[in-house]
Amino acid sequence: MIDFGFSISKSSHIQMDDVDLKSFNKLEALNPDIKTCMSCGLCTATCTAGNFTDVSFRQIILMLQRGKEKEALQKVKKCMMCGKCMLVCSRGINTRNILLSITRIYNEE
Amino acid sequence: MRPVFDPFVLPFVLGMTFVLLYCFIGMIRIIWQLPKEDRRKFGRSLITPKTAWKNIKDLFGDCLFHVKIWKRKPLLGYMHSSIAFGWFMIIVVGHIEAFALSPFKGIELPFLQKMMSNLYMTIFFRYFSLEELTLKAQILSFLMDFFLLMIISGIIIAVVKKKKPRQVGLKRVTKFGIKEDLVRIALWTIFPLRFLAESSMAGFAGGSFLTKYIGFELLFGGNYNESLSLIFWWLYSIDLAIFMFVLPFTRYMHIPAEALLILLRNAGLKTTEPRKGYALAEIYSCPSCGLCIDVCPMSENKDNYKKTAVYFMRNVRKKKRREVKKMTEICLMCGKCVEVCPLGIESINIKMAQRSKIYYKLKSDFSYLEGRQTTGDGQKARAKVVYFAGCMSHLTPKITRSMVKIFEEAKENYEFMDINGSICCGRPMMLTGKANEAKALIEKNTELIMNSGAKRLVLSCPICYKVFKEEYDLGGVEILHHTQYINELIEDERISIDRSDKRYVYHDPCELGRAFGVYDEPRNIIDNIGLLTQGKSDRDMAVCCGGSIGSLTMTLEERDEITSNSIRDLMHNNPEEIVTACPLCQKTFARKSPIKVKDIAEIVVENLE
Repeated sequence: MIDFGFSISKSSHIQMDDVDLKSFNKLEALNPDIKTCMSCGLCTATCTAGNFTDVSFRQIILMLQRGKEKEALQKVKKCMMCGKCMLVCSRGINTRNILLSITRIYNEE
Repeated sequence: MRPVFDPFVLPFVLGMTFVLLYCFIGMIRIIWQLPKEDRRKFGRSLITPKTAWKNIKDLFGDCLFHVKIWKRKPLLGYMHSSIAFGWFMIIVVGHIEAFALSPFKGIELPFLQKMMSNLYMTIFFRYFSLEELTLKAQILSFLMDFFLLMIISGIIIAVVKKKKPRQVGLKRVTKFGIKEDLVRIALWTIFPLRFLAESSMAGFAGGSFLTKYIGFELLFGGNYNESLSLIFWWLYSIDLAIFMFVLPFTRYMHIPAEALLILLRNAGLKTTEPRKGYALAEIYSCPSCGLCIDVCPMSENKDNYKKTAVYFMRNVRKKKRREVKKMTEICLMCGKCVEVCPLGIESINIKMAQRSKIYYKLKSDFSYLEGRQTTGDGQKARAKVVYFAGCMSHLTPKITRSMVKIFEEAKENYEFMDINGSICCGRPMMLTGKANEAKALIEKNTELIMNSGAKRLVLSCPICYKVFKEEYDLGGVEILHHTQYINELIEDERISIDRSDKRYVYHDPCELGRAFGVYDEPRNIIDNIGLLTQGKSDRDMAVCCGGSIGSLTMTLEERDEITSNSIRDLMHNNPEEIVTACPLCQKTFARKSPIKVKDIAEIVVENLE
């Protein structure tokens, strides 16, 4: 078969019934403001670490909500804690503390 | 001839023995807990003449007079000095009196009783003294009465302070539990009881204007009643005993602990462990005076004023872990409480030590910074000045643009180190308690700066300034905040500025002002540009903007409250623009301020000739 350089991308389908949200619920209980996030991406746009590598607060939250913990934690580890995301957040979410809570709650297997 | 012993001295003797033993053991414990290196440093400081002299000066100036309270609140300064110094003088003069008039002279006592009599004789001197009306005795008893009056006047102010704090210039005072109330009442009644006891026999046992004429003649009508007099002596002794038995478990532990703290501080020690060694000396030294309550930006909020330093110290002492954690994490680390603390207790250092004990399961990974080179504007190794804007300044491009303009105007040979995005300075990381993980960032930035070959480093962000000053080892590179740099340019006439008659007010960023005392440089710059008005509280009493990254858990609503309060302070003299020197303050104020908020670099550029 001729290779046209295209392929079928891997399915990103997530079966939410199989996702264990125990840790995320714990995180949500500690930081209720997480619920108000509307994924606007201001945090990602200003991220200091995001300038060099693949870090995005918005993505981290989305991934955790969908059970993609491993990928999310890899991103959290790169955060420099500078607090710019907190300063620009349109919803006034204490993003920095959420990241800290994640490092306290989640275990890296 | 009076007796040499009476059972009423026993409560006092027991109490005194207990307190002396407790303090001695406590002191050994604190010194024992110090790291080895610190212990050696402490020992050396005691025999170095220079620090020994400073120790003596500070012990008098701080323990007895509390010069720092006098400076801020003279009335409270008098209150403390009169009680502390007065009591001290009563003990000193009491010893002189006992030595000079020695009522037990010539009396042979068994060894144990002789030791005991040394303790109680000076305190109950009047009871055991002989009737003597020599000039020496009269002068001494006048002094004793004078200091007793001084203490009683101090106690009257203390009572007013407790009942009506506003009368002595305080909005809030610390709230206490039963134990603290008991010990306070014991302290307040010690000297009135002493007055009564001494007065009751001043008719024949000596005494001066207070005890003899006011006490004995007026109060007791010139009659001596032996049993009534003995009751007062008993009460006086029991009262002293209560005070001494409860003292180690209450805030009055600051009396002995402060002396040790001063010695440790003069030896140059710092807090390393959250509840050991130096920190423990600080914890016991906190007198819960509550001067830090009114100045704390958080106490604007009714629910938060109990999270101020005084309550923090108390909870650390009581080992209330949950409360301590809450208070540690909400603190803005603005340092105002340390600034006003009469004992110079660095509660923010204890908070930092507490934070370093927070357990984070996930460790940071900054391997992606490997191999990152310095900025590519091709001036490597030629630039004299390297400019590091920092993360926050990249959020306010007006500042970085202004700085570039200033560099060009001054024809400075500079390099904009983080023009393509900065690596965080590491302070935000350290504030979360991850000091070890911040090292990776610090090392990377050090490498970039050293590679640039510049001799000076200019920073726009006070947060960076603090960590560069304290944690970075940059060899001979001079670290400047841009206010210092611009001020130098103006003084050397490398840039010239047009004066206008605009009215500015300057907000002191915590990490520039209180941390490093950079107060005059920015004010000097503004003086060259326009009219500098004063805020309600400025310099070391400036109110945090509320945006501080020192706080981990504070919500936006609570921050907004502090911001509004801070702006209200700044608007005191109706300025036209608020000027600050911190991108974070600027950004925080801009959200709430009714007038324009600018960085000092911006107004310099606006007014360049």
